[in-house]
Amino acid sequence: MSEATAHDDHHDHKPTGIGRWLFSTNHKDIGTMYLIFALVMLFLGGASAMVLRMELFMPGIQIVDPDTYNNLLTNHALIMVFGMVMPAGAGMANWMIPMMIGAPDMALPRLNNLSFWLLPMAGTMLILSMVISYFPGTGTPVNTGWTLYPPLSVQSGMGMDFLIFTVHILGISSILAAINIVTTIVNMRAPGMTWFKMPLFVWSWLFTGLLLIMIMPVLAGGVTMLLFDRHFGTSFFDAAGGGDPVLFQHLFWFFGHPEVYVLLLPSIGVLGLIIPTFSRKPLFAYKPLVWFMAALTALGMVVWAHHQYTVGMSLDATTYFMIGTILISIPVGMMLMSFIFTMWRGAMTFETPMLFGIAIILMFSFAGVTGVMLAVVPADLQYHDSYFVVAHFHYALIPGSVFGLYAAVFYWLPKWTGNMYNETQGQIFFWWTTLSFNLTFFPQHFSGLAGMPRRIVDYSPQFADFNYLSSVGGMLFGLSHLLFLYIIIKTIKGGEKAPANPWEGSQIGTTGLEWTLPSPPPFHSFNTPPAIK
Amino acid sequence: MTNTESYFIPEPSRWPIISASSVFVLLFGFILMINDVSVGSMILTAGFLMIGYIFFGWFGAVIDENLRGSYGPNVSTSFRQGMFWFITSEVFFFLTFFACLYYFRGIAIPSLSGEGHQPMSNILWDGFQDVWPLVTLPGDTNVVSGTTYTPPKEAMGAGGIPLWNTIILLSSGGTLTWAHWGLKKESKNQLVLGLMMTVALGLIFFGFQAYEYFHAYTAMDLKLTSGIYGSTFYMLTGFHGLHVTIGTIMLIVITIRSMKDHFTEENHFAFEAVAWYWHFVDVVWIGLYFFVYWL
Repeated sequence: MSEATAHDDHHDHKPTGIGRWLFSTNHKDIGTMYLIFALVMLFLGGASAMVLRMELFMPGIQIVDPDTYNNLLTNHALIMVFGMVMPAGAGMANWMIPMMIGAPDMALPRLNNLSFWLLPMAGTMLILSMVISYFPGTGTPVNTGWTLYPPLSVQSGMGMDFLIFTVHILGISSILAAINIVTTIVNMRAPGMTWFKMPLFVWSWLFTGLLLIMIMPVLAGGVTMLLFDRHFGTSFFDAAGGGDPVLFQHLFWFFGHPEVYVLLLPSIGVLGLIIPTFSRKPLFAYKPLVWFMAALTALGMVVWAHHQYTVGMSLDATTYFMIGTILISIPVGMMLMSFIFTMWRGAMTFETPMLFGIAIILMFSFAGVTGVMLAVVPADLQYHDSYFVVAHFHYALIPGSVFGLYAAVFYWLPKWTGNMYNETQGQIFFWWTTLSFNLTFFPQHFSGLAGMPRRIVDYSPQFADFNYLSSVGGMLFGLSHLLFLYIIIKTIKGGEKAPANPWEGSQIGTTGLEWTLPSPPPFHSFNTPPAIK
Repeated sequence: MTNTESYFIPEPSRWPIISASSVFVLLFGFILMINDVSVGSMILTAGFLMIGYIFFGWFGAVIDENLRGSYGPNVSTSFRQGMFWFITSEVFFFLTFFACLYYFRGIAIPSLSGEGHQPMSNILWDGFQDVWPLVTLPGDTNVVSGTTYTPPKEAMGAGGIPLWNTIILLSSGGTLTWAHWGLKKESKNQLVLGLMMTVALGLIFFGFQAYEYFHAYTAMDLKLTSGIYGSTFYMLTGFHGLHVTIGTIMLIVITIRSMKDHFTEENHFAFEAVAWYWHFVDVVWIGLYFFVYWL
């Protein structure tokens, strides 16, 4: 039974044993659990991607059969999006937002723990969806890709039911986490922490939270209809009964496109801290940046159908979605520009987080350029469902969100653990992972433009060279994460002690409340509201 | 809004992890059940029992804290904002189904009947007519899932039970507000009486809805398998009915709590949360009445 006591009774009194983690109401402990979960999922999702790349190393079917390939492909996407990036972002929000806004904890600590513990349940269900197809009489494995389009998803076996409920549990978890984070930001700011004093990371999570509250129910509704079509005889996605399979695509992408910004925005928020810190200059155009984020959030909600130009929408609809999509490049471009202007004439140093920051600006811009290409309807009709799309969204999501998370890990590891990581190893990891990432995905632009279709286990021999390069890159990229794991474990175990403020530049660039606390911070960040300058 | 009083952080709690596990057990059982695995319904029942247990336990714990005055108005504000965002997400859940209804009536079915920019009637089902409610279906079988569709004999009218249900739900919103006024002027009788009337109206609504479903299934042949009209009808009214049920249970809980004098003029978050939820259910019904039954 949770006993309520006035906070004075448990100053820095840490619960002990396994109960500290299982029953936690502490934002840092829950944040740590989120991050560990994300790390485990990173390796699971990465391993499945490496199997895919091994299979594509040369033409022909060598390692996995087509159904297993499609199943791994589906799970790679779901694990990475829902199991890795979102929990990692939520973990960082948990850790940092209360400290940044001067709060003792999240607004609803028990709900926070529920949001986390739903994730392992969803993970279990996802794994069940994979293994269930090995039991007799359970139908074909899930082979739809993460988009779950009917009618294929209506045909799939029992694994699809597990996947539908995986999505439901993940959705509940995300909505609850988003409610908690938004409430924390709105209601728990210390006196004097006005809206436009909030660090950019907090802003980015405010918009992310709002997006999640709006889009996750739509996905839940869509997969619920899928479940009813599969088991209860409805005809939502079947034209013979008056329904339409294209409707599912609309529902999925109404969720799916804003989801990209859910993955992206927290990393943009991290950039808004890292670039000023290592440029030793305040963030350029902080207020406009916030408004650009708001514009991105709003625009991102209304451009979903650019994922489905080829399904036969009316000319008016495709024109609208094309213009809307191209408009998005304006706020995104402005954000990147303000990061560049922050660096302009700054006293820059290039520690690992900053290296990642600069790499993000470069490579994410590249994804933006291919994004505009894909937004143009006549061009997209050529690129659709080719490896060009795969290259585009991996350039958007890996630098755009995953590298942002890596930058954040290196930036905040000293704060989280109280120990400095080894800078040389960090930089080796940066170069290894960045170069191998480009080796993996850059050739895919060419194989895509040459016409190689995505999501297929085999390919024509003419694409062999590009795929050879991609696979070599993919193996190197995957292996680089062993170094990442090593650095994290080593830093947790020990190392040079980190001061309260390990980054000299954060005095000038990003003065934040989190740096006024010792490293690692006390169990409860602020027991009394801190003074805000 | 900022803090002015000391912070409140609850002690470690076992409820969240039990809740997450019970959600897993519930859904796992449901999946097995719909795939005709015999133990499914037993696991599902266990999941329901676990969910019931955590609702008693967790909410009971929070009520205890509230009664002991463990937290100040700031935590109440957090609860209120959390409830607001929760209802926002529910709004989007229902908007999804309303948007689907619009999509079928405005885009999908016209295009099947030969209107729109890419008519399909001559390719798929020649001579198919776009008439809503869709009583004559384009085809008769879902070739993917194998469902055979049973077209409804007639569509649901807007008069009769749906109209009565509209009046009942709107009145229940009135009685609930009357109860709230009672709470504000600290008249326990008005509070409890208003809540009891609201619960009664909710139960009557539920009964009418159940009768309407029964009538639709037996007399009208309007089923889940009746094509898109039946699918959208049951999806929208069914999820609304589920929310009415949840809302009625919550109303019963706060009626009992009102009898036990749990609420004061300043401290009645639970009452407000339930009232918001009930008004939200009300508003959804008005949308349903217009778009599903009437227009």
